[in-house]
Amino acid sequence: MNINGVEIDDTFAEAFPMKATRVIITAQNLKWAYHAAQAMTGFATSVIACGCEAGIERELDPSETPDGRPGIAAMIFAMGGKGLAKQLETRAGQCVLTAPTSALFAGITSGDPIALGKNLRFFGDGFQLSKKIDGRRYWRVPVMDGEFLCDESTCMVPAVGGGNFLVLAESQPQALAACEAAIAAMSTVPNVIMPFPGGVVRSGSKVGSKYKALNASTNDAFCPTLKGQTDTQLSPEIESVMEIVIDGLSEQDIKRAMRAGLDAVCRLGASSGIRRISAGNYGGKLGPFLFRLHEIMGQPS
Amino acid sequence: MTAVTLSLKTTLRQRLDVSPLMPDNLAGRDPAEIAAIALHYGNRTEPVGHFFDIRITPDGDGLTFSPGDARFDYLGRGMAAGSIRVAGDAGAYVGYQMRGGTISVDGDVGIYCGAEMKSGEVHVRGNAGDFVGGALPGNRKGMAGGCLFIEGSAGDRVGDHMRRGLIVIEGDAGAYAGSRMIAGTIAIKGRLGPYPGYAMKRGTLVLAQAPAMLPATFNDCGTHTLGFLSLLFRSPVLHGRAFADFARRPPRVRRYAGDHASLGKGEILVLLPDP
Repeated sequence: MNINGVEIDDTFAEAFPMKATRVIITAQNLKWAYHAAQAMTGFATSVIACGCEAGIERELDPSETPDGRPGIAAMIFAMGGKGLAKQLETRAGQCVLTAPTSALFAGITSGDPIALGKNLRFFGDGFQLSKKIDGRRYWRVPVMDGEFLCDESTCMVPAVGGGNFLVLAESQPQALAACEAAIAAMSTVPNVIMPFPGGVVRSGSKVGSKYKALNASTNDAFCPTLKGQTDTQLSPEIESVMEIVIDGLSEQDIKRAMRAGLDAVCRLGASSGIRRISAGNYGGKLGPFLFRLHEIMGQPS
Repeated sequence: MTAVTLSLKTTLRQRLDVSPLMPDNLAGRDPAEIAAIALHYGNRTEPVGHFFDIRITPDGDGLTFSPGDARFDYLGRGMAAGSIRVAGDAGAYVGYQMRGGTISVDGDVGIYCGAEMKSGEVHVRGNAGDFVGGALPGNRKGMAGGCLFIEGSAGDRVGDHMRRGLIVIEGDAGAYAGSRMIAGTIAIKGRLGPYPGYAMKRGTLVLAQAPAMLPATFNDCGTHTLGFLSLLFRSPVLHGRAFADFARRPPRVRRYAGDHASLGKGEILVLLPDP
């Protein structure tokens, strides 16, 4: 398959089941909602070492938030419910509770409940107050700037993590420009996050390593500097490869995001130095979700 | 679904306990069966047919008393589901120990409206007597959930021993509002009698007007913008009703904490006018 001079590999991205939740962070203005959301979703690029994958889903208009203030929807993904609950609580406590003017609300209200303010309330040292409004319990925790308002719980749902595609370009700036265009397009798709810095990862990994202590290492087949040293997947004109990883609430959400991103990359085309698009997989052994690039690009957008 | 309409056909001289007349209890019964249900009337027992004309309408819903009467006691007592509408007044103990469903009274109600209710919604378009959402004498827990709306004014001791839930009084309220409150929220739009929050442990009294007096056992905590009030005023149960004008902006309040003669974790929030 070739679109606008960009060769689409006949391969697939391989994804695996995860657990996910969404929270809504509001603040006096968008700037402070972003501060809280960025802190909460920081150091959450990969479950390999971060414990979870998290990212900002989108900005919320005051009309969309529970308290009528500007807000951010953020999502957190983890391999299991326990891990997700732990990560959520730690991050909420250290990053949102601490952020001036912030409030924290559930972004998913059906599914298995997990604690949001349920235990954070004890920070109030007995001065915390609970309010049940429309069947939902909120905690009011007195803090130095006023009150931290927090939903008692949010809900976690089954999700899919690890959707991805690789952009192979003639130069590093061109690969990055294509990925930026893809991320801009994918950011408009609901229910997905791209957890890596700026949504883009330059250090794609393979399973295993020559070092026993490591269970993942650099994807040498796609490293351009190793073209003459390893069993490379790159043709001579490829000088840079970047990857976009997608976590979503469903297979369909990831497909939609991949399509939006791939369309954006293909629009730039070969004239912008984009030569190939591929995807990362582990031969179908890692996860039950396979996202075939030809199938995704073959469907009407 | 069928709708049942009970039309009062006699003048009541005694209190009438209408608690057996609930949507759940009447469902599937024909007019003759309903007419045979026994009701306590003063110190006697009379069948429903003695007091009411009964009309059953297919394709309808709920139970309607038309007209109502201020001697109807225990309307919707322990009700779990369905709806009751009263086209007129109702007596004491409306929605007593109610567990679900909705009760709507177009006129006034007597004492202990919504007393010890646990869930559901009671909406009174007129005035209410004393002990709205309260606990019966000797009982230690009043309203424990649900919503109570009084469009008119309420008597003394609104929310006495209240434990959870929301009471909204759009008119005035009498003395000792929120007395001995354990938790929950009471919002009062009109004027307030003396001693609000008397012996309250926890809970919130939201007042649209500054009270004429506050007990000495409440301490001023200053003015604040409290996020939960935005949620409360924007919630579907309140939206478009009382306090809707406060939902348009972040509500500023002066907070008084008390009652320090009791546990002292309650609060009286007085809404401040626009700057």
